[in-house]
Amino acid sequence: MDKLSIAKSESVWNTNNKVLGLISSALVLLFCLPLFDLNSFYLHLFIMIFMHSVMAQSWNIIAGFSGQISLGHGLFFGIGAYATSFLFTEYGLSPWIGIIIGMAISGVIAVLIGIPMLRLHGHYFAIATLLIAIGFSLVFRRWDLVGAASGLWIPMTAIDSWLAIQFHTSKVPYYYIFLIFFILTFLVAWLLSRSKLGYRLRAVRDDSQAASSLCINVSNYKILAYVISAMMMAPMGSLFAQYILIIDPATVFNIEISIIVLLITVLGGIGNIWGPLIGASILIPISEYTRIYLGGTGGAVDLILYGLILMLICVFRPNGLISFFHRDVLQRKKNK
Amino acid sequence: MKILRVENLSKSFGGIKANDNISFEVEQGTILGVIGPNGAGKSTLFDLITGYTTPDSGKVNFLDNNIFGLRPDLISSLGVGRTFQKLKPFADQTLLENVMIGCFVKESNIKRARDKALEIIDFVDLIEKRHHLARELSTGQRKRLEMARAMAIQPKLLLMDEVTGGVDQKTVPGLVALIKKMQKAGVTIITIEHNMNIIMQLSDNILALDQGRSIAYGSPKQIQNNKKVVDSYLGTYNAT
Amino acid sequence: MTLEIILQAIVAGLMMGLIYALIAAGLSLIFGLMEIVNFAHGEHLMLSMFTSFWLWSLLGLDPLFSLPITIALMAFCGVLTHYFLIRYILKAKMLIQICATFGLSIFIRSIAQLLWTPDYRHVENPLIEGRLEIGTIFIGQPQLFASLVCLLAFFGLYWFVSKTETGLALQATAQDRNAAEVLGIPANKMYALGWAIGLGCVAVAGSMMMNYFAVFTDVGINFALFAFVAVALGGFGSIIGCLYAGIIIGLVESLGGLLIDPSFKLLYVFAIYLLVVIYRPQGLFGRY
Repeated sequence: MDKLSIAKSESVWNTNNKVLGLISSALVLLFCLPLFDLNSFYLHLFIMIFMHSVMAQSWNIIAGFSGQISLGHGLFFGIGAYATSFLFTEYGLSPWIGIIIGMAISGVIAVLIGIPMLRLHGHYFAIATLLIAIGFSLVFRRWDLVGAASGLWIPMTAIDSWLAIQFHTSKVPYYYIFLIFFILTFLVAWLLSRSKLGYRLRAVRDDSQAASSLCINVSNYKILAYVISAMMMAPMGSLFAQYILIIDPATVFNIEISIIVLLITVLGGIGNIWGPLIGASILIPISEYTRIYLGGTGGAVDLILYGLILMLICVFRPNGLISFFHRDVLQRKKNK
Repeated sequence: MKILRVENLSKSFGGIKANDNISFEVEQGTILGVIGPNGAGKSTLFDLITGYTTPDSGKVNFLDNNIFGLRPDLISSLGVGRTFQKLKPFADQTLLENVMIGCFVKESNIKRARDKALEIIDFVDLIEKRHHLARELSTGQRKRLEMARAMAIQPKLLLMDEVTGGVDQKTVPGLVALIKKMQKAGVTIITIEHNMNIIMQLSDNILALDQGRSIAYGSPKQIQNNKKVVDSYLGTYNAT
Repeated sequence: MTLEIILQAIVAGLMMGLIYALIAAGLSLIFGLMEIVNFAHGEHLMLSMFTSFWLWSLLGLDPLFSLPITIALMAFCGVLTHYFLIRYILKAKMLIQICATFGLSIFIRSIAQLLWTPDYRHVENPLIEGRLEIGTIFIGQPQLFASLVCLLAFFGLYWFVSKTETGLALQATAQDRNAAEVLGIPANKMYALGWAIGLGCVAVAGSMMMNYFAVFTDVGINFALFAFVAVALGGFGSIIGCLYAGIIIGLVESLGGLLIDPSFKLLYVFAIYLLVVIYRPQGLFGRY
């Protein structure tokens, strides 16, 4: 066969059956985990890992897939949290509907921010996201309708309720809800990365001028990525609100959220769909355990570690931990 | 039929007139060579035609469409492709992925786009390097990557900016043959070149620029004998 | 709302603006030199302020006298920053450069929080205190002194960069590192110098502010944001642009706080940022 035919007969994706098998087994395990009568702490740990993986994945889409560095992504988390909480507290609207409304609002805000800001050169955009995030926090701190600085207390239902997404006796239902969102989000990210849209986003990321010469409307694609990313983040804020039942600007519009989603993704491997999971699996246990062993100061120690890890990654492993397994290794095999 | 008509195109940056009232036409299926000393405004001309810079005044018509001031992606979707003088590969992606992105213009199915991309990569003789990351390729290979990627959008008009620049001598004949192949495939080509031999071999017509102005237009023979062109090129003429 | 109150606000805004200008100048110098935005600039300011505070608290030195020490310490901090972090990311992708200095800012801020708690600290009975009365306008002496010192430092910086040999060497490295190296200018040393000077600027600003400001671990955040906006407004890479931009921001902050609502000062400054990046992305004097 000539070289062209050989090339054409290659599969488009290197779907490694072993990896697929691993993922399936892991999923089965995750679904069965609660049946082993896990301690509430471990359930909480997994819930936090799922939640942060999704949040980081959403940042991965705007930063890793389309190359725009947002330093204030936590904004959409806060919007999701407030949307469901406010609608339930004021109007008794089920959080499931609240989640959808939260996603819609986030999408709209992403468009409104995106249109003027996304055509900015990298640094300008990053600074703008910081300003906007802090601005939102400021506004919500003084907005009486949503409780100003005290925030919102979600009225507790008398018994566990799936409609109101509140469970008082056990964390297991929360575990499954977060797990399902985790799986759905990764599915979306996976499909995105293999789609025409994903290819074009990467083109926009790598060289937007060259992308323009290939009929790609750079502006529109950046905004689309931003909207998808925002709509992926919002439900996590909504579910988190249901998990802790009290939200305020200091918690859900905290700059730490923006920091940790960035750190998780960069640590795991930006631009790769497994990066967020790898990063979350390492950082969340660290943060939860420091909280236990160091109590109040745990918060500050967390951040010291985050800052340090971020700098170390940037200097030594800018492609993230996943670079230990991925592209370079596969590439060398193909090139032999 | 005239695929491209440029009338009185002008552009100033600060006080400098990068392009000053440039007019010319390109017949479909031909190769137009653009020559001129450095700073003559050749790349600016390309940027004006492909929408990367908005002209101050003038007219640009592509296949009877007025493309003055349009965005680059709109212009490329009308059928104008280009390569860049300062190469712009998608560095962290493979050669195959680079070209596939071009193929997505005409083909939405991933597998078919991949196959088309392979055909184009084969056309430019780089099939063994298809899985190499763009930044691992040599300059000559990257030039061919850009040509392949630009061709992937199936342009009717292709603007190439110094494809043989910075490439070693033995690669040059291959590139020339490639350009001729593309012309045979029906693509109209405008190419900026410094290498006089290539320009004389390839072009059906030549446009000579100097200091932002067009100083001559004609067949290679006419340009060779044009005093103004010879003067502007004094010292840089490749006499072989 | 009398004319006097407005005049008062203008004067206050002007004075604060000069301080913003110097802080922004440090940021702009670093960016102009190596195209890296120091996202830890606010934290470096905070460190300067704390340095001044501790020198007073532990050694009894008034901020006025400890100024040279603070400048020296922060300049050294700049060199260290370049040596241990920046040097490695000079050739990295923008994402990595942003994340690196962003990580540095988190690191510095949280170590400060651990060591010094988030409490507010201020210097008591500084040498420079009291008020001047000019007509019906009250001008705090510390504020006036701080602004004038910053203005002086600003022009000192400007003179250094444009008139001295080292300054010109800096400019050469900023414009074309390789060409400068061929001419014998050691780029790495120039970069380290740039960081030293950049942080020296925040040292001056921070020290002088300790005469009337309180320092706390998060104090740098707002200043940093204002500095970013100032650099964008003035034009990335332009030092003189920082002066105009700083003053504009100081005035907008002051008048906006007076005429609209003091708690939303950040939003007014953000509005400036929006207008700049949409209508004049290169800023007033910028290169981009």
